[in-house]
Amino acid sequence: MADETIPRRDFLKGAVGTAAALTTVRSVPAEAQAASQAATAAAPEPEPLLTLTATEHAFILAAVDTIIPADELSPSGSDCGVAAFIDRQLAGAYGMGARLYRQGPFPKAKPELGYQLSLNPREFFRAGIESANAWSRKTYGKEFDRLSETDREAALKAMEEGKAPFDGFDSRMFFNALLQITMEGFFADPIYGGNRDMAAWKMVGYPGLPATYREEIRTYFGKKYDKPPRSIADFS
Amino acid sequence: MTTVLKEVDAVCIGVGFTGSILARELTKAGLKVVGLERGANRSAREDFALPSVRDDLKYAVRQELFQDTQLETVSLRHAPAETALPIRRLGSFLPGTGVGGAGAHWNGVTWRLTPSDHALRSHLESRYGKGAVPAEMTIEDFPVSYDELEPYYDRFEKLLGVSGKAGNLRGQKIDGGNVFEGPRQNDYPNKPLAVSMAGSIMEKASRELGYHPFRAPAANMSEAYTNPEGVTLGACEYCGHCERFGCEANAKSSPQSCILPVLLADDRFELRAHAHVRELVYDKEACKVKAVRYVDTRTGEEYEQPAGIVILGAYVFNNMLLMRLAGISEQYDPATGKGALGRNYCYQVSGNNVTVFFADKEINPFMAAGASFGTNIDDFNGDNFDHGGLGFFGGAWISAGTSNGRPILTRPVPPGTPRWGRDWKKATAKWYNHAFNIGASGCNYAHRENYLDLDPTYRDALGRPLVRMTYNFHDNDYKLSEYIGAALGKIARAMNPTAMSSPAVRRGNYNVVPYQSTHNTGGTITGTDPKTSVVNRYLQSWNADNLFVMGASVFPQNASYNPTGLVGALAYYSAAAITTQYLKRPGPLVQG
Repeated sequence: MADETIPRRDFLKGAVGTAAALTTVRSVPAEAQAASQAATAAAPEPEPLLTLTATEHAFILAAVDTIIPADELSPSGSDCGVAAFIDRQLAGAYGMGARLYRQGPFPKAKPELGYQLSLNPREFFRAGIESANAWSRKTYGKEFDRLSETDREAALKAMEEGKAPFDGFDSRMFFNALLQITMEGFFADPIYGGNRDMAAWKMVGYPGLPATYREEIRTYFGKKYDKPPRSIADFS
Repeated sequence: MTTVLKEVDAVCIGVGFTGSILARELTKAGLKVVGLERGANRSAREDFALPSVRDDLKYAVRQELFQDTQLETVSLRHAPAETALPIRRLGSFLPGTGVGGAGAHWNGVTWRLTPSDHALRSHLESRYGKGAVPAEMTIEDFPVSYDELEPYYDRFEKLLGVSGKAGNLRGQKIDGGNVFEGPRQNDYPNKPLAVSMAGSIMEKASRELGYHPFRAPAANMSEAYTNPEGVTLGACEYCGHCERFGCEANAKSSPQSCILPVLLADDRFELRAHAHVRELVYDKEACKVKAVRYVDTRTGEEYEQPAGIVILGAYVFNNMLLMRLAGISEQYDPATGKGALGRNYCYQVSGNNVTVFFADKEINPFMAAGASFGTNIDDFNGDNFDHGGLGFFGGAWISAGTSNGRPILTRPVPPGTPRWGRDWKKATAKWYNHAFNIGASGCNYAHRENYLDLDPTYRDALGRPLVRMTYNFHDNDYKLSEYIGAALGKIARAMNPTAMSSPAVRRGNYNVVPYQSTHNTGGTITGTDPKTSVVNRYLQSWNADNLFVMGASVFPQNASYNPTGLVGALAYYSAAAITTQYLKRPGPLVQG
């Protein structure tokens, strides 16, 4: 397709409305946000990317916001930093294949034998996003991140159920990896860039650190533990 | 170029629980001992400090403390006719590496086997008839009986400071302890852990059903404890970061918290970390392992360390691999039944569980200790119930409780909830603090076709073949799992929960992806016949007098119980045989 040659990121920067908002809105304290808007009256800085291309980033933003939509329980996945988390994870040791045995041959395998591809996680997500977007273009006439919310939900569901025929590998494999890394970003300690303001921990009532409950195991027996959560960063 | 070093009295391959125990016992007997550990040195002060030790992503998900599969893994096929493929990423089980081994990042569940587990084949044949055990079920008796091993279980529990309550003290049954356990000479060295909400619900429901609830024995300190080595362990903080993590409070028993402080202070012991043992130098004629060859992983240089006694205390797979490469025992062949090495590889029938939801109860799953922090029953374990007409043998311990509330991996939602999106969020927020799991750990009895040998294709970072696992669940396992699943459903319903999942039952092929248990056993089994076993009752190799093999690789089959209690007891039992018999008269301790 012709528009594949246009850098996706520039396209999004120039756009108005939902797509642009997806790349730019970040969860910063309301005061700071207001101040920044007043000072510049321009869109906030786009997230700096370590490894994702603009097209991949657009896909990830749309995916994490569909998996974790904004509601009264928490901001959206991207506002919680989940896309930034994924970018950093894929740029780092995990993305490069740390702790992954990579000697071949790599024959087709039954799923009970686990991951059997030669791709490291960075390469896997590159291939997966390409396939997902190709399928989305074929099915909906446009890329995943440009679909309506309803269509994005339907598209992810099709991938989850293996009903989205992907070029190269089973869409379920890609969806499961996407879901896994999204949940990691949402629920991990905020030091990794996701779970901003400990939004996910607040949502479920997980208190984080220091997790020393020798007295509380008795005093809070059967009672809700309502202390605000704290992160590794709060003790460093 | 291999540098040959000066001979030492003994060398321990692996510095986890068994290597530390053997090194301690042998240095106490006056021997100079070298401990070779493939991984890094790790101490609680340096490596398990707050706040970083609470990093769920790093430790629980990215697997910081486990064996690096980039360097070493095993391959799997489900049956001898298939081609095995490597387990490229750890999932189903999580072997350790580095000083402390898996003992640094375990949960702390510390059991004894029952007397009938020790004498499994003869027990089943005497109760159900000679022909009752199917031909393909190649189970054996442990050559060491429960009564013989009892003092060594006791010793290991005292080293660890296990928290618990006796259920059978010198034959007297005690309510609130495990009344199915074998007779104990002493109560547990530490009182039971605090009661969790999940545990109290389980206790009430199981009592109403006529079962015998008790709190699982835990190597998590209910109170600060000083062990017979003079090492003091701290009191458990119920932080919910045991399994997959080190303990900053030295409140979980580990080689670091129980024994290494005295061992490392002893001039007779030398620890060499980053020393990856590549092979054993076997002299078949002399019936000895003369030396071990290892690679210094910092330089790539190879060393040969001659030793009078060799303690093989690596994990199950490397114990098998090192013996196989040296040609110390004959490889098992499932087609003929000949050969002992690799025979009776077993795992655990896990995956039986049910999640219960209580709208009006605050569970606080994040306040937890590792060792099944809740309440157990053994009414469905081993041969504690009549198997007549059931079509299977064995059973499972059943436990309801919480070991953590770390939300990357632990966030139960009721059945029918989508895995993502608005409804998933609602359900997750609503139920996170209102649910817990009733789980089971099932026996896995040896099967003729489950075994270990060498992979013909895939190699590790040192160029050695990977260990190939031929393994699947079989008829006995599936039937056992159906039976236990029904029991779990009954218990869950008796709790009268707001909602519950349908009890999960083990079906289909063994799957390496979801975590199940790090209770891999067998491959170098102990027995009375050198044709079908690799080591004798003292864990001494039948074919190399000075080689003693530690760990769960010596189990002839896997009981329901987590293996560490038995591993520790056998280590002390073997150490006693070495120091009181072998040192006086080096040679075979049992005539084969």
